[in-house]
Amino acid sequence: MAHTQEEVLAGLAEIINEETGLSADAVEGSKSFTDDLDIDSISMMTIVVNAEKKFGVTIPDDDVKDLVTVQDAVDYIVKASA
Amino acid sequence: MTSRIVVTGVGAVTPLGATAADSWQAALKGTSGARTLQNDWAEKYSLPVDFAATVDPAIVGEKLTRVEAKRLDPASQLALISAREAVEDAGSPEVEPERLAVSWATGIGGVWTLLNGWDTLREEGPRRVMPLTVPMLMPNGPAAAIGMAFGARAGVQTLVSACASSTESIGQAYDLLTRGQADMVIAGGAESAVHPFTLAAFSSMKALSRRTDSPETASRPYDVHRDGFVMGEGAGSLVLEREEHAKARGARIYAELAGWGLSNDAYHITAGEPEGRGSARAMSQAIDSAGATPADVRHINAHATSTPVGDVPESVAINNALGGSAADAVVSATKSQTGHLLGGAGAVEAIFTVLALRDRKAPPTINTTTVDEQIELDVVLGQARDLPDGEFVALSNSFGFGGHNAVAAFRTV
Repeated sequence: MAHTQEEVLAGLAEIINEETGLSADAVEGSKSFTDDLDIDSISMMTIVVNAEKKFGVTIPDDDVKDLVTVQDAVDYIVKASA
Repeated sequence: MTSRIVVTGVGAVTPLGATAADSWQAALKGTSGARTLQNDWAEKYSLPVDFAATVDPAIVGEKLTRVEAKRLDPASQLALISAREAVEDAGSPEVEPERLAVSWATGIGGVWTLLNGWDTLREEGPRRVMPLTVPMLMPNGPAAAIGMAFGARAGVQTLVSACASSTESIGQAYDLLTRGQADMVIAGGAESAVHPFTLAAFSSMKALSRRTDSPETASRPYDVHRDGFVMGEGAGSLVLEREEHAKARGARIYAELAGWGLSNDAYHITAGEPEGRGSARAMSQAIDSAGATPADVRHINAHATSTPVGDVPESVAINNALGGSAADAVVSATKSQTGHLLGGAGAVEAIFTVLALRDRKAPPTINTTTVDEQIELDVVLGQARDLPDGEFVALSNSFGFGGHNAVAAFRTV
């Protein structure tokens, strides 16, 4: 099922908030998962697993390392769900 | 002469309450923490035993942040809640991280995380098994959660000896302080394993009371009609330090952890040795290491789980260890109120022992009306009983599957 950029950003923000307690407003496209949001590798994998479930996509481990910013993840998920 | 080890903080979250003070008052009053389980699974699996002594789930929501709760197995959640209370109760002391240790215990570990993860694997496949599963289910998870919360860098240990676990962890804390490994130790234990799987497993070995029509009267240690233990959950934490360290910072001292004893029956995987030789040896060691004599022992918080076979050897052992002085030791079996907290039992019962010394009150053994004639002990029945004035020693006994016997000795201050 296709998702819009806005839907995916809002959904990711919700997942990140659940996992880290970060306010959903702080989750902006330009933010880096590690440098800005301080998300460690285990939390990142938890977010990936939850995002796969929420958006019905698969994000192979090899692709996860290329998801540096929130926008990278949004683009990836939008494309994968198209 | 080695310095004395003292208790300066306590914390507990139990079926009786959200704090050590609330749990203790409920125990003194004679409240039962057992109830019929309202979870869907209790009915779904037609469990032969559908009751347990559970912690009010609202407590976790009130005391932990959502993110903390999400990253911790229920056993670790209760561990952290009790440790925070104990440290605050001790006056939130400043301790150099390299001088602060954790000596923790669990009987089973992160059973909820393990079984939830297994369900996820079977229903949704391996990709959906959460990345934090291993650190959440490992038995040292609760200890690590406490260690991280307080920056304890002198060592964070986990003792695992079934239902004796958290008396061993208190003993281990005593040893760590005595040999100067740490200036302060957060000691205790936690268990949260009231799951259909564990209830089915304990039922299968006929260890649990079947009194499904009256859960609150099911746990009745020493009673002639006792028919098994009641599964419980909870955690207890004690802050322990050397007396001079406590005095230097002006800490309030509840009691002295005067010594401890450890032994094993090496007899049967679940049954205690009928003559109670191992448990008697642990009690004698605890008394000796406290520099006391059997006549000094005036109160015992017994292991007494309310199983038909388990309660008798402890009575024999107390009589063997104390000899003629056994008649002067007032015995309380607080599993009648709390149910059996497994790896959390020793810590919560140690706290009850410490508070019994402070308040000079032995809590009642509730539900027990007619003491089995094989039991030769002065069991506190009905209502709490006053303990004597002056200096004396109290024992907290814990025995576990695997033949483990651990006994902590506390002294009035």
